[in-house]
Amino acid sequence: MSEIEKPDLTPEQEQILAQVVRRTNILVYATGFIVVVALLNIMAPQTMERLFQADTSSANADSLMVAMESTISDTLVVDGIHMATGLIVDDGFEQVKASCTACHSSKLITQNKADRDGWKKMIRWMQETQNLWDLGPNEDIILDYLAKNYAPVATGRRMNLTNIEWYTLED
Amino acid sequence: MKKKIGIHQLYSEDPVKADELVWGRQSDPDSRRGFLKKSGLAAMGMVLGGTVVFAENMPAGLIPAGLLDLAQGSPIPGKHPDLIVLNDKPWNIETPAHLLDDEVTPADKLFVRNNGLAPEKIDVAAWTLTLDGESIPEPVVITLADLKSKFKHYTYRLTLECGGNSRAEFNPPAKGNQWANGAVGCSEWTGVRLRDLLEYAKVKKDAVYVGYYGKDKHLNNDPNKVVISRGVPIAKAMEDESLIAFAMNGKDIPLMNGHPLRMIIGGWPASVSGKWLTRLSVRNIVHDGPKMESPSYRVPCKPVAPGETVKDEDMCIIESMPVKSLITYPKSGAMITSDKVLKLRGHAWAGDKEVVDMHVSIDFGATWQKCVLKAPHNRLAWQRWTADVKFPQKGYYEVWAKATDSEGISQPMVVPGWNPKGYLNNATHRIAIKVQ
Repeated sequence: MSEIEKPDLTPEQEQILAQVVRRTNILVYATGFIVVVALLNIMAPQTMERLFQADTSSANADSLMVAMESTISDTLVVDGIHMATGLIVDDGFEQVKASCTACHSSKLITQNKADRDGWKKMIRWMQETQNLWDLGPNEDIILDYLAKNYAPVATGRRMNLTNIEWYTLED
Repeated sequence: MKKKIGIHQLYSEDPVKADELVWGRQSDPDSRRGFLKKSGLAAMGMVLGGTVVFAENMPAGLIPAGLLDLAQGSPIPGKHPDLIVLNDKPWNIETPAHLLDDEVTPADKLFVRNNGLAPEKIDVAAWTLTLDGESIPEPVVITLADLKSKFKHYTYRLTLECGGNSRAEFNPPAKGNQWANGAVGCSEWTGVRLRDLLEYAKVKKDAVYVGYYGKDKHLNNDPNKVVISRGVPIAKAMEDESLIAFAMNGKDIPLMNGHPLRMIIGGWPASVSGKWLTRLSVRNIVHDGPKMESPSYRVPCKPVAPGETVKDEDMCIIESMPVKSLITYPKSGAMITSDKVLKLRGHAWAGDKEVVDMHVSIDFGATWQKCVLKAPHNRLAWQRWTADVKFPQKGYYEVWAKATDSEGISQPMVVPGWNPKGYLNNATHRIAIKVQ
């Protein structure tokens, strides 16, 4: 087992290193931003004019970055997750997206967990009370997808605290 | 991550201004909808990758839903950007515990639990409330203006908690919104007494239940399908604190919390406090509107094993909520030095009852330290508690908070009785602390 150790640096060297990292980051963001601006200039010159007259241009830049990300998001998959819906991409994903998110948010799927029978009960409940249509041959495909990708995890009577964001408490 | 928060901060500060800055959009100043001279419409459509259909109806200051998928923070104008969106169709938004530290929950920090779509058009001048049902001799229609001018006003701080608050901890998991602990708040509500309205409409002696109807729309947009119509038994309706409210914290009720008129029934599952209220049906039977039926907002009449199947007829309607508390300061994850006295604080409530005792533990419930507990501002308001805590040595700690109600019933340290729909988890709230 070998581990890469961080070399001992003097405070001055640390500072220089931090500066280099910071500048590289700025360069990357700036390049991305210039591409976005160039694209928008071609497609919507009036909007761009207005944006740069506004005094909160950094907030605008932020917003546009979000906006541009969202535009491509319907086809964007990162680490097996379809970014626009948050759903796991696997066999049955298309059927789930088409049948379920027509009426409700995909968040209702991704935050829930159940076995096949549990998901089937939810579908029956939606059919009986919420006007969900007969899913036909898609039902089995959807149930297989949900039971595999959104299965329950045994947590006992009480879970450990998770996702703790540590911070220094000042007085 | 930082860049994703930008758009929400911009919108939370001044949504209409944000529209103008980001899109160059100006809306109709009267209706606050649409796009004046198509300003900003093309830009928004381009970024969304399509035309904005029904653009004339799009409210000012609303971030298009198509842009929300990847972004963090609160998308609803007037709500704090750090609220957690559990569901965006319908909107279900909770407040992290540390943001519930205010004595009176401000509008931007009150959770949202919608079952359907909030009404798009609110015409305050034309708003009316109808009282009808078997136990009202002749239907009565009251305009909102008359309701405000002809009946005596009352103001109370009332704790509203979703019946499914803290559902996320149940095992096996229950379906529905996986609330952590933040579907609760205690705002100051002003309105008229439900009792005064019932008496005005000459309620008959055989009245059993008061059911509400609101103006929200079903998710599938079917205008004839009622989203939710619950209510309360007549005895609860006749209590002093049961209000038909038109103001919250001295202002209009936020749209997502029921503007311009709603029921407020403190201490009971918030689903009994109908929003966008247009009609009260005074029944001579237990009300039978949508979501009154089993198993909605019901728990097994007798305790069951985790995961057990329970027949519909063996489920009972939830009435008063159980005793519960939150640690609202500090936020979980605080790192402190070993010489520091940690000044904890939070709120405690107990449904229809009062909290009489409050304790905290830093050793997983082995020993408990008594807290200072204040009396409620009025009946059914949550109560402030504080405690000074010292830690014996460096290391990882959890602070657990436990309230005890006026009948001697305390919060359990583990998740209480499993139930199929995941209601009423009042297990002790816990935060993590590191002493360095």
